[in-house]
Amino acid sequence: MARMTMIEAVRSAMDVSMERDDDVVVFGEDVGYFGGVFRCTQGLQAKYGKTRCFDAPISESGIVGTAIGMAAYGLKPCVEIQFADYMYPAYDQITQEAARIRYRSNGDFTCPIVLRMPTGGGIFGGQTHSQSPEALFTHVCGLKVVVPSNPYDAKGLLIASIEDPDPVMFLEPKRLYNGPFDGHHDRPVTPWSKHDLGEVPEGHYSIPIGKAEIRRQGAAVTVIAYGTMVHVALAAAEEMGIDAEVIDLRSLLPLDLDTIVQSVTKTGRCVVVHEATLTSGYGAELTALVQEHCFYHLEAPVVRVTGWDTPYPHAQEWDYFPGPGRVGRALAEVMEA
Amino acid sequence: MYSSKEHGFFTISGNLATQYVQAVGWAMASAIKNDTKIAAAWIGDGSTAESDFHSALVFASTYKAPVILNIVNNQWAISTFQGIARGGSGTFAARGLGFGIPALRVDGNDYLAVYAVSLWATERARRNLGPTLIEYVTYRVGGHSSSDDPSAYRPKTESEAWPLGDPVLRLKKHLIVRGAWSEERHVQAEAEILDEVIQAQKEAETHGTLHAGGKPSVRDIFEGVYAEMPPHIRRQRQKAGY
Repeated sequence: MARMTMIEAVRSAMDVSMERDDDVVVFGEDVGYFGGVFRCTQGLQAKYGKTRCFDAPISESGIVGTAIGMAAYGLKPCVEIQFADYMYPAYDQITQEAARIRYRSNGDFTCPIVLRMPTGGGIFGGQTHSQSPEALFTHVCGLKVVVPSNPYDAKGLLIASIEDPDPVMFLEPKRLYNGPFDGHHDRPVTPWSKHDLGEVPEGHYSIPIGKAEIRRQGAAVTVIAYGTMVHVALAAAEEMGIDAEVIDLRSLLPLDLDTIVQSVTKTGRCVVVHEATLTSGYGAELTALVQEHCFYHLEAPVVRVTGWDTPYPHAQEWDYFPGPGRVGRALAEVMEA
Repeated sequence: MYSSKEHGFFTISGNLATQYVQAVGWAMASAIKNDTKIAAAWIGDGSTAESDFHSALVFASTYKAPVILNIVNNQWAISTFQGIARGGSGTFAARGLGFGIPALRVDGNDYLAVYAVSLWATERARRNLGPTLIEYVTYRVGGHSSSDDPSAYRPKTESEAWPLGDPVLRLKKHLIVRGAWSEERHVQAEAEILDEVIQAQKEAETHGTLHAGGKPSVRDIFEGVYAEMPPHIRRQRQKAGY
């Protein structure tokens, strides 16, 4: 075991995968010589050479398009989209090509690619470096969507994603790269070295895609979260002294509905939290599923805590970011209902 | 959609230019694995305006991918004349020059010229000398599709005025002059080919048609979205009654 940040865990996952399988290639903007703007691919080019890890032109549709072609040949490309906000030029390639190649060729061709992309806010990235576009992927049949919340999961899930036979959108909450950020931006940052889930095996292991994890057992209310919001929800539950059960989804598509239904059936209350905008966000899907499957167990309406329906505001980041204050108030609200 | 991995024929997509850049990626993969296989992709004059066309040229140029990038300039993108996509560029072949990609422009209705140019580009790719862009100048006599009526946007007699003629008739004439072909053999060959196509159609129709039935089970709608069917799709299949 070693102590790793989420950056080191993601890098270790690619390293282990490239070591085990010559067909795994890594490329993207600045990922080769420089090792990526977040340093996630640092050292991989030196270790595996320029044909296995290389820089790409600034053209996301080109990066994803060539990755699809490589996958059709038989490689397993794990590419980096520098920020999730940059994926839009590749959206046609992702939705109408990668997601459908298996279906439209009746399995003759497949598309085992991974698109890693730093996602979410909390780093003063402004409107084009803070977005959470996961719902634009969960709406597309044929894709898998994974969002880890800690180094241990990030490594195990990224290895599982690289080994998966279908295209996986791997969203890395960039505010979690260096520590379990709980939304208290005015307090010192806790490093991963002081957190249990910063303890990561150095070798190969994988975590199945589609299995949620309960981060905090509780009986009063279920909080459904993923990525950075898992840590915010944990902080909110402690600060409010509410016996919340916090579910870390880890995978949005496929979704571990059983874990959600089991928990809400027990607690009778549910709060859904995400950083992305509210309207047609993934929280709408979660809320609908809870309503469909747990209606007769609910004691209160399901409440959503999300980013506002505005572009990400640079100067008012902490009024936009759903911090422990807002999540705590939502917990109190469903408890009073 | 049709595809045949066995024959190296990638699954056709309905959207435009996306597969041009995928062919470049396929060729890059072949090079990465020190393979000798090469890739070829085709695009229409109108679709060269898509950003994926330009992405394909950037990646082909940067990585010197063993790929042949073909442009079929048949003058019409549904109702839009090719000049709308071409803009101020004199030719589509000229698009390659800005990317440092050798580009050729050929009479697309001259069978032997098309063959020679393709062979040259193939050799270049096989010898790992990089990509080639080829513009085939031709003319779309028929409609864009079976539901398109070209008389709505161009003169009915325009195709007759096309100076480069019919490629099949030109090849026929050439071979007869050289003593390698005859009118009789041509008539016979046409009958044989027509028969082959009809036989293929009949065989295909034995698997079912939209009108005559024989469609696969509704259950099949839900298969093949993923390698392994996830629970939510299984629930939907059950809801559909299968």
